[in-house]
Amino acid sequence: MRPRNDTADPATGADRISDASQAISPRQGETMTGAQAIIACLEAEGVDVVFGYPGGQAIKIYDALYDSKQITHVLARHEQGAAHEADGYARATGRTGVVLVTSGPGATNTVTAIATAYMDSVPMVVVTGQVPRRVIGTDAFQESDIVGITMPIVKHSYLLQSTDDLTRTFREAFHIANSGRPGPVLIDVPSDIAAAEMVFEYPEKINLPSYRPTIKGNARQVRQAAELIGSSERPILYAGGGIIASDAGSELARLAELMQVPVVCTLMGKGGFPDGHPLCLGLVGMHGSRFANQAITGADLIIAVGARFSDRVTGRLSDFAPGAKVIHIDIDPAEIGKNRHAQVPIVGDAKRVLARLCDEIEKRGYRPLSAAWLEEIEQEEKRHPFHHPGLSSKNGRISPEGSLDLLSSMLDRSSSIVVTEVGQHQMWAAQHIMRDLPRTFLSSGGLGTMGFGLPASIGAKIACPDKTVICIAGDGSLQMNIQELATAASAGVDVKVLIMDNAALGMVHQWQQLFYGARYSQTILPDCPDFVKLAEAYGWQAERIDSPDEVKAAFERLLSTEGPALLDMHIDSSENVYPMVAPGEPIDNIIGAINVGPITNMIDRHEHPEGGDGR
Amino acid sequence: MMHVLSILVENKPGVLSRISGLISRRGFNIESLSVGPTEDPNLSRITTILECDDVTSEQLTKQLHKLISVHKITDLAGEDAIERELVLFKVNAPAETRSEIIEIANIFRAKIVDVGRSSLAIEATGNQSKLKGIEDLLRAYGLKEIIRTGKVAMSRSSKED
Repeated sequence: MRPRNDTADPATGADRISDASQAISPRQGETMTGAQAIIACLEAEGVDVVFGYPGGQAIKIYDALYDSKQITHVLARHEQGAAHEADGYARATGRTGVVLVTSGPGATNTVTAIATAYMDSVPMVVVTGQVPRRVIGTDAFQESDIVGITMPIVKHSYLLQSTDDLTRTFREAFHIANSGRPGPVLIDVPSDIAAAEMVFEYPEKINLPSYRPTIKGNARQVRQAAELIGSSERPILYAGGGIIASDAGSELARLAELMQVPVVCTLMGKGGFPDGHPLCLGLVGMHGSRFANQAITGADLIIAVGARFSDRVTGRLSDFAPGAKVIHIDIDPAEIGKNRHAQVPIVGDAKRVLARLCDEIEKRGYRPLSAAWLEEIEQEEKRHPFHHPGLSSKNGRISPEGSLDLLSSMLDRSSSIVVTEVGQHQMWAAQHIMRDLPRTFLSSGGLGTMGFGLPASIGAKIACPDKTVICIAGDGSLQMNIQELATAASAGVDVKVLIMDNAALGMVHQWQQLFYGARYSQTILPDCPDFVKLAEAYGWQAERIDSPDEVKAAFERLLSTEGPALLDMHIDSSENVYPMVAPGEPIDNIIGAINVGPITNMIDRHEHPEGGDGR
Repeated sequence: MMHVLSILVENKPGVLSRISGLISRRGFNIESLSVGPTEDPNLSRITTILECDDVTSEQLTKQLHKLISVHKITDLAGEDAIERELVLFKVNAPAETRSEIIEIANIFRAKIVDVGRSSLAIEATGNQSKLKGIEDLLRAYGLKEIIRTGKVAMSRSSKED
């Protein structure tokens, strides 16, 4: 059972492995079943909660779980919900989320959630039951080739072939999931292996010669990067989810302050740099602010950290920041140069590389040259701020932006987590909910999974019971995993849901209005179900509001209610998310940015398509 | 240009499908692919030929490196590597042309591995230009079937010094 030799490299992100996995299990040497060994492995990894759903081929593992004093189980109402819950738990803490489901449909139901975690680099271990080895490949009842199905969306996967491999597999899986660039790892367990007897020996060391993430960053490239930063007059930091994954917030702030570099964040990077910081320009890209997009377009140096130049950020790639050199820091070498050529590529962990970069800059005594650049950005920001219309829209209905501004002001930034579903409300939340800390804004970025928010917020609340967890949802998205209302109610998970209910699939509706001649094909949702009655049926407290003057009191009630509560806030379906960059356009070609100040601001070349005050 | 990727992988079930799946998922077409065991029973060698530009092949190599099952990748294109492929030809060979065909096979140091009433099976190994040479000559007699193993490649000893 011991690995052939102890070559585990201390540089392979070992600092991110939980301490518990370092200590050998107290059950070392005991004879037990494979199922009991799986639970002992999870315990040895320090797992405290498993999200799952039982079934025929997982029944032995569930039986072993029944005896665990360390691990609680959260029973989802659908396996997709279970996996998103584990994802939310992982995003809120950085710890590996664990999912346990059965074979066949149980396993295939996790596919969307695994893909979601993969796209956003979330550490997760998914344990799936499988039919016994002797019938694999015979189309047995509830058999599916889940290892084959998930191959393109996992960081790694295993089909257990023997009890001899069991403990080593779990040890490796947890290590792989939560080191380097994190991601989901799947372990498929044939039920006869779960039933077989074995001697439990949890390996202390990991032997994975083919897996050695680069952590440190090349010294010569760090020096080159320092040189570029030292001479840049229009630098910009472009911060992605890697900042949060590597806990590099303070190093990022150190670099930004040291050289007075403004910071734009991707959706995944939100919270990695405080929104309240004077150098923070907020969201960049398709729904980023006009000033952030102008800034990155006009930069002479982009310092990309843990970001991947995704199409939602860059718009038309060939026009993205045409005059900028690029320093690209990422732990995944495949991201560097994938979409945008980097003059200085640095493969390494963001936290370590940024710290060394700051040391190098200090050693060289560089002084910031960005004063005029910051002044220029500030003027742009004054001319084109985000829209803050107050609680009431022009048509007298509740304003989406204003209501979220209010909610943001009511949430303590250090003791709350905001989770979103996917759609217009997600973008409004990214623009208007202010976050200062990492892991306090959880959203499905890469895959854009409707149905992510409610279960992820349940996972986040279980991980952080002392924090207020609120899910900002749309009436479309929420219905994608609405059965999880039962999970929260029966497990007593105190999450809050705010539905920005526009009786439409708002984001597609917006595109149809702007780019498809207002032909609203299949995006009008009838006012159904009655979310208040539905939530109450699930044992939630719920109310509905329709008028701007009800908002403040309703938010107060929502946040002060004990136990899970839902607020169905009706907004108008004609509300659009602005500013916006049309898909495939350059990101400084912005529609719907508002213009304030002198008349010259109004005759800029990009006005709101409907004119007026830019709304 | 042609890239010859020599990929050292774990000798485990499913590894080939991880590699080929990744290549096709990222939109590449495999020209040829061959797999076999190596001197280490825990490792297999995959040799694959891809037609793509250098940037693309670099990106693909990086993506392949991310697979936990991949130990090492060498791009042998552009190197003076030893390349070999084995081809079996079944060629029409009535009595009147049989001796000519045998002569061609001998010139190319190919072997006659099966003889029928009206056809011969010829085994040839070599690099691409040699195999194309014999194929072009045999085609004149009527090729009934061609089977190729796909290319394997190895760097020359001088490269390792």
